[in-house]
Amino acid sequence: MTAVHALYGVAALLALTPLAVVLATSPRATGIVYGASLLVTLALGVIALLSLFGHSISTTTLPLGLPWLGAHFRIDALSAFFLVVVNLGGAAASLFALGYGRHEESPQRVLPFYPAYLAAMNLVVLADDAFSFLVAWEFMSLTSWALVIAHHRDRENIRAGYIYLLMASFGTLALLLAFGLLAGANGDYAFAAIRASHPSAALAALVLILAIIGAGSKSGIVPLHAWLPLAHPAAPSQVSALMSGVMTKVAVYGFVRIVFDLLGTPDWWWSMVVLGVGGVTAVMGVLYALMQHDLKRLLAYHTVENIGIIYIGLGLALAFKAHGMAVAAALALTAGLFHVFNHSVFKSLLFFGAGSVLNATGERDMEHLGGLIHRMPQTAFVFLVGCVAISALPPLNGFVSEWLTFQAILLSPHLPSWGLKFLVPAVGALLALSAALAAACFVKAFGVSFLGRARTPAAAKAQETDSNSLAAMYFLAAICLVAGILPGLFIDALAPVSHALVGMSMPHQAGLAWLTIVPIAESRSSYNGLLVFVFVVLSGSIAAVAIHRLASDRLRRAPAWDCGYPDPSPATQYTASSFAQPIRRVYGTSVFLAREIGEMPPPGSSAPARLTVDLRDLIWDVLYQPIAGFIGIATERLNILQFLTIRRYLTLVFAALVLLLLVLAIWQ
Amino acid sequence: MIRDFAFQGAQMLLVLLLSPLLTGFVRKVKARLLRRRGPPLLQPYRDLIRLLRKDVVLAESASWLFRVVPYIVFAGTWVAACLVPTFRSGLLFSWSADLIAIAALIGSARFFLALAGMDVGTAFGGIGSSREVMIASLAEPAMLMIVFTLALAAGSTQLSTVAAYMVSGEVGLRVSVGLALLALIMVAIAENARIPIDNPATHLELTMVHEAMVLEYSGRHLALIDLSAELKLLLYVSVIACLFAPWGIAGADASGQAIAIGVASYLGKLAAGGALLAVFETAIAKMRVFRVPAFLGAALMLGLLATLLLFVSGSL
Repeated sequence: MTAVHALYGVAALLALTPLAVVLATSPRATGIVYGASLLVTLALGVIALLSLFGHSISTTTLPLGLPWLGAHFRIDALSAFFLVVVNLGGAAASLFALGYGRHEESPQRVLPFYPAYLAAMNLVVLADDAFSFLVAWEFMSLTSWALVIAHHRDRENIRAGYIYLLMASFGTLALLLAFGLLAGANGDYAFAAIRASHPSAALAALVLILAIIGAGSKSGIVPLHAWLPLAHPAAPSQVSALMSGVMTKVAVYGFVRIVFDLLGTPDWWWSMVVLGVGGVTAVMGVLYALMQHDLKRLLAYHTVENIGIIYIGLGLALAFKAHGMAVAAALALTAGLFHVFNHSVFKSLLFFGAGSVLNATGERDMEHLGGLIHRMPQTAFVFLVGCVAISALPPLNGFVSEWLTFQAILLSPHLPSWGLKFLVPAVGALLALSAALAAACFVKAFGVSFLGRARTPAAAKAQETDSNSLAAMYFLAAICLVAGILPGLFIDALAPVSHALVGMSMPHQAGLAWLTIVPIAESRSSYNGLLVFVFVVLSGSIAAVAIHRLASDRLRRAPAWDCGYPDPSPATQYTASSFAQPIRRVYGTSVFLAREIGEMPPPGSSAPARLTVDLRDLIWDVLYQPIAGFIGIATERLNILQFLTIRRYLTLVFAALVLLLLVLAIWQ
Repeated sequence: MIRDFAFQGAQMLLVLLLSPLLTGFVRKVKARLLRRRGPPLLQPYRDLIRLLRKDVVLAESASWLFRVVPYIVFAGTWVAACLVPTFRSGLLFSWSADLIAIAALIGSARFFLALAGMDVGTAFGGIGSSREVMIASLAEPAMLMIVFTLALAAGSTQLSTVAAYMVSGEVGLRVSVGLALLALIMVAIAENARIPIDNPATHLELTMVHEAMVLEYSGRHLALIDLSAELKLLLYVSVIACLFAPWGIAGADASGQAIAIGVASYLGKLAAGGALLAVFETAIAKMRVFRVPAFLGAALMLGLLATLLLFVSGSL
């Protein structure tokens, strides 16, 4: 299969946009657009899988874009893998939207942009020159921005869209500069030419920093994540899933493409930057997530954490690559990319679940939910699978990729540079901390929304979601399980990618006894998700059968015990913020300057006691507010330039001309 | 092959049958230290049997998850306990999960138990769950740092390989391994809800964590939860014994005599571990919940320090 076929698919998606504009008011538009998107993304996914397993590289050039360049497209192992991720997520989101999208109030604001957004993400991954890459990147930003502000009556959404647009432009600017530096003075923007040129060390370092800023801001690394938890939840849920599960991965693709492929051999200190960013991002992301009580915003913050984990894997791979340890580099890169795949699956699943809950209750605030497991048992089950997977618990897939990352960390004492010797254990501790906090975060998310008793009438009257949405969620949950118990298949599928990027791949896993995975050698470490799963299921069912047969199987229902004082009001349950209180007290006092202010009324007064929790987002206060303030003041000052007379404008133009000529004269 | 299966099966039954005894033993020693006669050694077995025979009284607001969780928790803990070498190393399935995976299996069990605490929708369940995950959020990374230390020292995360390395004498006296032992003991105390973190004997509301979480359980469900807690205690004592006192463990192709020695030494280690735990618990007072982070933070820092030492020099 070739790049041409993939481009046909992209063209088909793009063609859906005008169709959606024409059909928008028709009641069947939703079914047609999402159904067609589903078919096209499935076809694109098959094309990507065939090229990934066929080990083929295919290129094509279209006479578009810069006249001397044309638009280059290419499918190699790396882009094939990311095409699989994009189109798997796209197909699942389209299937979900076949049901979910029917409840959309203003489909004409969503339907035209949805296929265009899918096409844009495909194009970013397919692009093989800087110009098409940046155009596709910006197209992806703009279409997703349009989807973020689809529900534009909500002021919050407009604000989210504004911040998103600013940050996206800023990120594209950084990438533009990065590619400008890479292409050099001759303007050779084709990736093949960039790959052949060898930039100087200083230039490469600058490109690395720009790539981290540009691609990192899109994927949500701390401190450039500020837009993400605002924008991702604002969009309709299938788009939230795409933005969180897929678009952040496209951003990771941009980073990997630039740093691993185009920049050539890395310096050892690059990995220090990437590892540091990854470790901080992982822990900060999950701490932010723990403080949220909006279900979709919690999931969005949690994306930040997982991006951190992915960057840790990539940073380790860079470190090993720089020191010529190809086997370890292959392990670390495979771990990072496997987590890319896993996260796209379970994050989409969780956003679908949150969307179903939103549809059934009209609530995103967990404090207004509760007890949904009784009303929506199937959604609850698949959401639980997603929670277990994302918390990195065996036997599901999140655990495998984190386990591989840990194995890569354990190989790093052999790294010769001292900076890494100190940084890598610290990053390992941060990774372990974030994994444990993630479990806490998802006990909270699932426990408060789905368990307990309904906190509002809306939650008490929720209805199970439709069959299309459920099918999409079951499909993703099944992938979580399969990737968890048969990880060897996925590791083998990643072999050509790591071979292309670090010159080596992990040992072939498929032929090993009992389908075990062995990253380096069996005496060193091995893991068999299948056996663990079978053992747990077997011993659990044996226990259940034995106890029911031999001991007792009687059961009666009674009011809850609660130490003898059950309170019928659901308000006495633990809420999302009270659940997070111990963790807020342990970590939040320093990270968020969390303060709890209790107001007790004087004795005899019938006024209620109040507890106010004050959290500050230090990154927002320290980094963004001053910049926003500075820009505000600067624009205020520059405002007078709008009201000059024609003579003064001409003087300004003349002065600028003279200045530029002077600069040019000194330059020469 | 058949022999290996037999030994794996024997190990599974052994941990299951011994774990209530260990709990009973700790209780007995504690009682004697307080100059009480204490319950008989076999009381935990009687408790389990009594609970198994009783009806389950299920809260009206409980969901299907509440009824499934005891089996998941039991299965996860049991599988983890079966993978730790006790009297004989080279277990048939030891390669299916390394030390990281065993720690994560315990984490899975805790995840579900914390969810069950939230299920009925009572304040006590919530308080137990939220404190449990707070404690776990520090105990799990500390555990992983300990695993890192041992794995770096032995060059493997495989429990049998690490145990073989520890018994080989190559290890010598190492600062990092000493720090790891200290940290592991602290983590084990926290994970098993023992004094000074939590008090397994109390139902005084504001001091309990684990007991608050399982407050709504009754009958066979409670029996399984209790048995899992006992298995977990046995698991941690076995891990400490197999890593830091691996003497006497029979090899993969050991003779009958070596296996007899292995069983005897394992029982001796369990008794020693239980007695030490009882002495420690009697000598110390329970700490406030918000002192726990300092305690576990210390364990985490010890683990991190041990890992750093090994990163700096393989011989420290």
